Amino acid sequence: MMASMSIAISVSDVTKTFGKTVALDGLDLEVATGEVHGFLGPNGAGKSTTIRVLLGLLRADSGEARLLGGDPWRDAAALHRRLAYVPGDVNLWPNLTGGEVIDLLSRLRGGLDKTRREDLLERFDLDPTKKARSYSKGNRQKVALVAALASDVELLLLDEPTSGLDPLMEAVFQDCIREVKAEGRTVLLSSHILAEAEALSDRVSIIRNGRVVQSGTLSELRHLTRTSVVAETEEHADRLASIPGVANVSALDGKVSFDVDTDNLDDAMSYLASLRIRALTSHPPTLEELFLRQYGDELDLEHMARGPEEARR
Amino acid sequence: MSHTLTGTGTLVRLILRRDRIRLPIWVLAIIGVVYSSATVVPETYSTPEQIQAYQDTMGTSPAAIAMSGPPVALDTLGGILVYETAVTALVAVALMAVFLVVRHTRGEEEEGRTEVLRSTVLGRHAPLAAALLVVSAACLVVGLAVAAAVGSAGVSMSGSLLYGVAVGVFGVTFACIAATAAQLMTHARGAIGLSASVLAGAYLVRAVGDVRENWLVWLSPMGWSQQVRAFDDDRWWPLVISVVFAAVAVAASVVLANRRDLGAGIVPSRPGPPEAAASLNGPVGLALRLQRGSVIGWVIGMFVGGAATGSFSREIQTMVESNDTLAEYIAAAGDGTLVEMYLSTMMLILSLIAAGFAVSSALRMRSEETSGRLEPVLATGVSRTRWLLGGLLVTLAGTVVVMAAGGLGLGLAHGLVSDDGGAVVWVLGDSLVYLPAVLGLAALAVLLFGWLPRLAAVAWAALAVCFLVGYLGGLLRFPDWFENLSPFTHTPAVPVDDVTVAPLMAIGIGVVLATGVGLLGFRRRDIGV
Repeated sequence: MMASMSIAISVSDVTKTFGKTVALDGLDLEVATGEVHGFLGPNGAGKSTTIRVLLGLLRADSGEARLLGGDPWRDAAALHRRLAYVPGDVNLWPNLTGGEVIDLLSRLRGGLDKTRREDLLERFDLDPTKKARSYSKGNRQKVALVAALASDVELLLLDEPTSGLDPLMEAVFQDCIREVKAEGRTVLLSSHILAEAEALSDRVSIIRNGRVVQSGTLSELRHLTRTSVVAETEEHADRLASIPGVANVSALDGKVSFDVDTDNLDDAMSYLASLRIRALTSHPPTLEELFLRQYGDELDLEHMARGPEEARR
Repeated sequence: MSHTLTGTGTLVRLILRRDRIRLPIWVLAIIGVVYSSATVVPETYSTPEQIQAYQDTMGTSPAAIAMSGPPVALDTLGGILVYETAVTALVAVALMAVFLVVRHTRGEEEEGRTEVLRSTVLGRHAPLAAALLVVSAACLVVGLAVAAAVGSAGVSMSGSLLYGVAVGVFGVTFACIAATAAQLMTHARGAIGLSASVLAGAYLVRAVGDVRENWLVWLSPMGWSQQVRAFDDDRWWPLVISVVFAAVAVAASVVLANRRDLGAGIVPSRPGPPEAAASLNGPVGLALRLQRGSVIGWVIGMFVGGAATGSFSREIQTMVESNDTLAEYIAAAGDGTLVEMYLSTMMLILSLIAAGFAVSSALRMRSEETSGRLEPVLATGVSRTRWLLGGLLVTLAGTVVVMAAGGLGLGLAHGLVSDDGGAVVWVLGDSLVYLPAVLGLAALAVLLFGWLPRLAAVAWAALAVCFLVGYLGGLLRFPDWFENLSPFTHTPAVPVDDVTVAPLMAIGIGVVLATGVGLLGFRRRDIGV
């Protein structure tokens, strides 16, 4: 396999504006073939805009996007035969049944695997004889998911595909994605459900205001941030706060809890050991903590209200 | 007041607030149509001879009776006004009632808004009661305004009032029928379809009853409203039947509402095919599937409309000979025999109506885009060009079929009344001469869709201009440049004029160019804007 083929998606310095709103502001993104790539960010950060640029539905103002070795704008139709897309807001033709929509979308893409279609309908517990107008949001999403997963394609572009699914269906979805991955296919999974991305992703990119601000494997990202520790020691750990990289120290009932930068973990542990540890629990930062840290400074929600995609609607 | 009606007053205010634009538009549109007739009819039939001629032709023609109702008091201006306006006013007020009642009952329930409201202190029947109160009031306002409009023509006030109230009561009856349908069907679309079928049935039963002059008219709500014989006997009692019927319909909807869950219907929604038919395999198959119902509806409507106008081609001869005003209107079509001029005018009107189909069909592309349904299609192996041309192929074929249905109806009916079998062929052929102009409006919609998608609906304004020029140009005399905007101005007015190829070619080239340029724009622009 050639080197260039091992990259499924590469976006470099892409800018896209809608009027005065800057939706993508020099976005870089790279997804390797065969990986599940979590694409994280709140509503309006530019996730859907990025996917629409990758689908050739929107034309980037500047920068370069490559998809499966082709130009997503110029080679749209040819590339689309090799991918499947699930939009974040699934709208279907009200007078077509779910089964008809699945068949239509698959045929437009170039065919579907009949046994896989039946299998997926069963697993997602979807009635294909109902008219789309009577489906709930979750059921519309299932229609799009079955259509995408039943096609034999190299790449899946999923834009918040589970926002309407219940926990049981979420579990079915995660199983399906693991199977897709086992078959060596590539998935770009845009989400704001961090547990989902954490469970499925090989690598994640965090997008903020139209830029990717952090990208890497989960362990790489964890390395950039803090580990939470709760310890019980025989002597008081009163000098803990003075160790570099330690934060949020609080003592309670002879226990002390704190966060520590991964680079300073060893220093903190040596200090605690000198106080004779009785009990210790530590857990690596969850994606949620990574995310909150990235966004923690603007939890006033102001930018969410004025996000580029919201402004467009 | 029973507790199941708690909160009705608040809901009435909510409906009035939400429909503060929609409601006046419905009411004003219906009144406007009746009022314009009320001003034109006295001018057209100003002498006793003209009125006599009208009675002798329109009053004895089975086609006219089937279309308009019983020929009552046609020796008076009031009777002629009722004959000319009754069907329009009755059908329009019934449609208003059906659309508004369903919108505020089943429509709200389907959207899930009723659920939110019902969780507050609100009686079970309050939404239904509020919708019926507002819509019934609107129907009666329409009725009184119709009475005032007809009365303004200087005819008997008691007759005008009776006619107006009959129109209003007919609207109330259909509001109650729609209320029942809203309980039966799970979706607003189904409830509107069921009510509209009842309306069509009422019209047909009455038409047969009126032509045969028999008891069938008493089986139709439309018959009850027309049997008041305004300006003749002025009898009010048939309206009692309507009121009793409406009360039964309301009682039925209350009973049905008590027996069903919120959001559910009595008639379960039918399951559809679990797999797509082989024909649903590409942009053409999809567009065909989406527009199938609308094309069938238009074809039937155009055929019936063409046949209805064609069946008057003989009466028109007699009427025009005895009426200068009509002769002047028809003569605007050019030189030719009266029948030819009549047919040419009717073809123009049919083609303007067919252009309504062409524009709405072409603009489906825009609604597919704005509803978000285009995105998943273009994310498959379908290129933008293939999708657009696939949709346009259906628009083109649909327009040809719709126009041909109108021409066929016109030719068949004209051939039957004039004993001229060959008329079917040449009338159909001539009506197709108007096709390039009809397609011109669809091409304009494509051009706008490609370059200025947000303004795509301006194509409707262009159709309105064509209507003004084509329909009223003979009477209003617009400046040349304005008349030249319409492609119909450049179309030879067959069968009066000869078919000339040059202008048709020019329009055809314009259609192809506009479509091509529109396609170029669509290929270059962002989707979903």
